[in-house]
Amino acid sequence: MGLNTSKLPNGPEMYVGEGYGLTQIEKVIGMARANSIWPLPFATSCCGIEFMATMASTYDLGRFGAERLSFSPRQADLLMVMGTIAKKMGPILKQVYTQMAEPKWVIAVGACASSGGIFDTYSVLQGIDKVIPVDVYVPGCPPPPEAILDGILKIQELIKNEPLRRRESAEYNDLLQSYQID
Amino acid sequence: MDTSVIENIRLDYFSILVQFILVVGFVGGTFILTHILGPKRKGTQKLQSFECGLDSIGSARLPFSVKYFLAAILFVLFDIEIIFFYPWAINFRELGYDGLLKMIIFITPFLLGYYYVIKKGALKWD
Repeated sequence: MGLNTSKLPNGPEMYVGEGYGLTQIEKVIGMARANSIWPLPFATSCCGIEFMATMASTYDLGRFGAERLSFSPRQADLLMVMGTIAKKMGPILKQVYTQMAEPKWVIAVGACASSGGIFDTYSVLQGIDKVIPVDVYVPGCPPPPEAILDGILKIQELIKNEPLRRRESAEYNDLLQSYQID
Repeated sequence: MDTSVIENIRLDYFSILVQFILVVGFVGGTFILTHILGPKRKGTQKLQSFECGLDSIGSARLPFSVKYFLAAILFVLFDIEIIFFYPWAINFRELGYDGLLKMIIFITPFLLGYYYVIKKGALKWD
């Protein structure tokens, strides 16, 4: 009997025989990470309200394995920045990001976090990517829970396909260096 | 019991031992492996204590007022005493003088303690 390829729902492609499946450890780890995200909500304004709806029963972020919010960066995998970030808040956001454990991802929810939004003014940071690297931007003012869920799904795709050694790579170090994060 | 039965019992328990080793080995092994294999960065900022993104100020080991703690712990003490009063109050007639005597023996040390607390000024707030 030859080897068949098969795909688990939401899982990596694998060769299956009778009673076993073969795949790459990178893909298994990616699958495990993607389906057990611990988000750290950094909600500063109305996008945070939409996030509350996203966590509640109708939309239920728990379906994607992100049931457990972490209010300390130490255990968090995903920093969700939701809302206007004033310039004074910038260093605080950066400190929270820096203190997260590797591997970590960032999602900028809403126009303000992504680009400053309507607040094109001296006091507001014109997008959080001025202080920390961002993986996924969710547009909207505020984005509905469906849009936030879409962002989470995009993050899950990123996590699934991330090379295992990416966090040790020179590109990643250069990226953090460009933000002066040691 | 002959030796073969004892041998069998030993074999029965052997599987439990194997399971125990696997459980401890898996949990411990996973902890150790993730620490060895997982990516990490250890900068000075990263290793600072987490204070919601702000710099921590001063020392955490400061003397603080003991008043609230005293009031709270005394409340708990006398609150529990009241719980013992309830069954006595309900069965007051049946227990009679014998029960009364026992309650007095129970309460007297508490009242002495209460007198001591008042004298010490533990409940004075200002």
